[in-house]
Amino acid sequence: MTNENHRARIAVHKFSSCDGCQLAFLNLGEPLLTLAETVDILHFAEAGPIDEEAEVDIAFVEGSVATSQDAARLRGIRERSRFLVTIGACATAGGIQALRNLHDTDVWVSGVYAQPEHIDLLADSTPIAETVKVDLELWGCPVSGEQVLGATKALLAGHLPRIDHSAVCMECKRQQAVCVMVAQGRPCMGPVTSTGCGAICPRWQRDCYACYGPAVQANVSALATHLADAGMPADEVARRLLFINGHAEPFRGEGLDWQARVIQRSGSEGEQG
Amino acid sequence: MSHNKRTGEIHVPVLARVEGEGALDIRIQAGRIEELRLRIFEPPRLFEKLLEGRSTQDVIDSVARICGICPVAYQMSAVTAIESILGVTPTPWVEAMRRVMYCGEWLQSHSLHIHLLAAPDFLGYDSAPAMARDYPDEVRRGLRLQGLGNEIIGTFGGRSVHPVGICPGGFFHAPDAATMQALRERLTEGLDEARELIAWVASLPLPEDDQDFVSVSLRHAHDYPITAGRIVSDQGLDIAPEDFEQHFREFQVPYSTALHAQLDGHPYLVGPLARINNNLDRLPADLKRLLDDCGVHFPSRNMFHSIVARAVEIHVALGEALRLTEDYDPAAEPHVETPAQAGIGFGCTEAPRGILWHRYALDEQARVLEAQIVPPTSQNQARMEEDLAASLTRLGLERDDDALRLHGEMVIRNYDPCISCATHFLDFHATRD
Repeated sequence: MTNENHRARIAVHKFSSCDGCQLAFLNLGEPLLTLAETVDILHFAEAGPIDEEAEVDIAFVEGSVATSQDAARLRGIRERSRFLVTIGACATAGGIQALRNLHDTDVWVSGVYAQPEHIDLLADSTPIAETVKVDLELWGCPVSGEQVLGATKALLAGHLPRIDHSAVCMECKRQQAVCVMVAQGRPCMGPVTSTGCGAICPRWQRDCYACYGPAVQANVSALATHLADAGMPADEVARRLLFINGHAEPFRGEGLDWQARVIQRSGSEGEQG
Repeated sequence: MSHNKRTGEIHVPVLARVEGEGALDIRIQAGRIEELRLRIFEPPRLFEKLLEGRSTQDVIDSVARICGICPVAYQMSAVTAIESILGVTPTPWVEAMRRVMYCGEWLQSHSLHIHLLAAPDFLGYDSAPAMARDYPDEVRRGLRLQGLGNEIIGTFGGRSVHPVGICPGGFFHAPDAATMQALRERLTEGLDEARELIAWVASLPLPEDDQDFVSVSLRHAHDYPITAGRIVSDQGLDIAPEDFEQHFREFQVPYSTALHAQLDGHPYLVGPLARINNNLDRLPADLKRLLDDCGVHFPSRNMFHSIVARAVEIHVALGEALRLTEDYDPAAEPHVETPAQAGIGFGCTEAPRGILWHRYALDEQARVLEAQIVPPTSQNQARMEEDLAASLTRLGLERDDDALRLHGEMVIRNYDPCISCATHFLDFHATRD
């Protein structure tokens, strides 16, 4: 991609998000200065450069599509970028704010704002890939410096990085972390969640809450049944699945299924009563 | 257009080097600012609604996602409110280590702001990497301090953005003694760098721009306020966090997705300058001597002294982290069990950008019935608009658009607005009719 005439050009764009995935760049330390010497960072508002219209080799996109303006802006970015890379749960799966997709957004907006008519918000928060073609998705809430730097290096060398989407359980074994589900009976999402975080939660003696999204071939239904058999009420099983990556399949479908069981059961209890 | 009675509009469509998305629009009529709007258009994410029905642990893991730069602050205000409802008092070990973890966030956030966001303005660069070519040692020192802050957070939370360590009743995990010892060695080196940083920041060409404003912060019985205290102002306010709503009012303006706030009907300041103005007597003696020598005097009415206040608080954070871990012993039980209990609770802590107030109502299963969150940036919005109008008028509205735009952005950056927190970012527009 780079040749004598042309230094690689990079942009970092923001949509609806917490800015935490851009920090994967800003927290790099010395490698941030090296990166800035190696490539041209043409748009990265939080770091300084602003040129949203710039043509780039790699556009990193943080955040989800959330307002009436976002889709048009995103299509422009897509047209001007050779590779488009989503960073984080918001851009890749709609983010925690996609929980509103399961509710009446107008009611929620009215619950926060006295004059909801001034708020431009779509009913659903959606991942970037529902609007434009995405070349590479980096999962995680948040993504890490290694992920963004690794992707940058691979793409600049002309290939997509190989990303391990095996379950957090595999990472726990590699790290020799004690299983919090077996040893402590914690409702760990590790069996169905993609690794990438380094199995932080189990190593911190707590259950994984699925911030890196679904693992490859995740058997979510079996895990949900196991949690219910272990005594977790159906509504809690649903909330476990419908969280930070709740808009991503198979979490979404399985979560809605467990939510429906709550509604059915309370309905039949009502008839009995 | 007349040369000295200027009329027109100035727009900054995207403010650079702030967190989140906003814009500044100014309309100048016959040489006076007729309208000035700090327009925040970052889409709301409706956290207060998505928390409803969630467990207390889900609250702690969710509210971190309001802000990637100050997740610890959100977790701490939330856990304080939750523990007050559940009737749980954390152990002294937990209280001390939470303060250390919070120091990590101050260190990370303040270093990032000073070096990557604010300092390039004063030295005439558009970004930190550009500034690093001429100031390599200063920028690298800043990145090291930022990294050290991240390391403290990671020690307690596994990672620095959206850490996973906090639970109702304490921490999931106590760092081992060897990890803490290694960290302490680097903190000691950092303390020397913090002294150099204060001297460097105080020597920057900071504009003189004294204004009248009310400083609001926490105040603690004996410590510099971070995780706890009463809400005070330099005009005599002194209230418990649960009385916040009796004095402070949030309201919506049509051009901002972040709610504005007023104290008894007037704008007010929260953040590092307000904290230092209200808590000078809580600074350690050696730091006070260092400050006396640096030529910047507090309390200060000059918002451009905020960058110095941040450098001072970097020193406070390092000093406190060292003091509280001096005889570190990992707790055998880093958290106490918490019962499920209904009730209403409040949490107010000093986020890097100022007081962060939370209120929760929980049901008998300790699930959220109602959540209310007032972040520091929304509280500063009205003060920022008032400051911009005064500061740009003093600079001279006859100056060209670029000069006004740059000065406006510098004024805004003094507040280190976190627009993602407040909901939202910056784009500058000025109209001259």
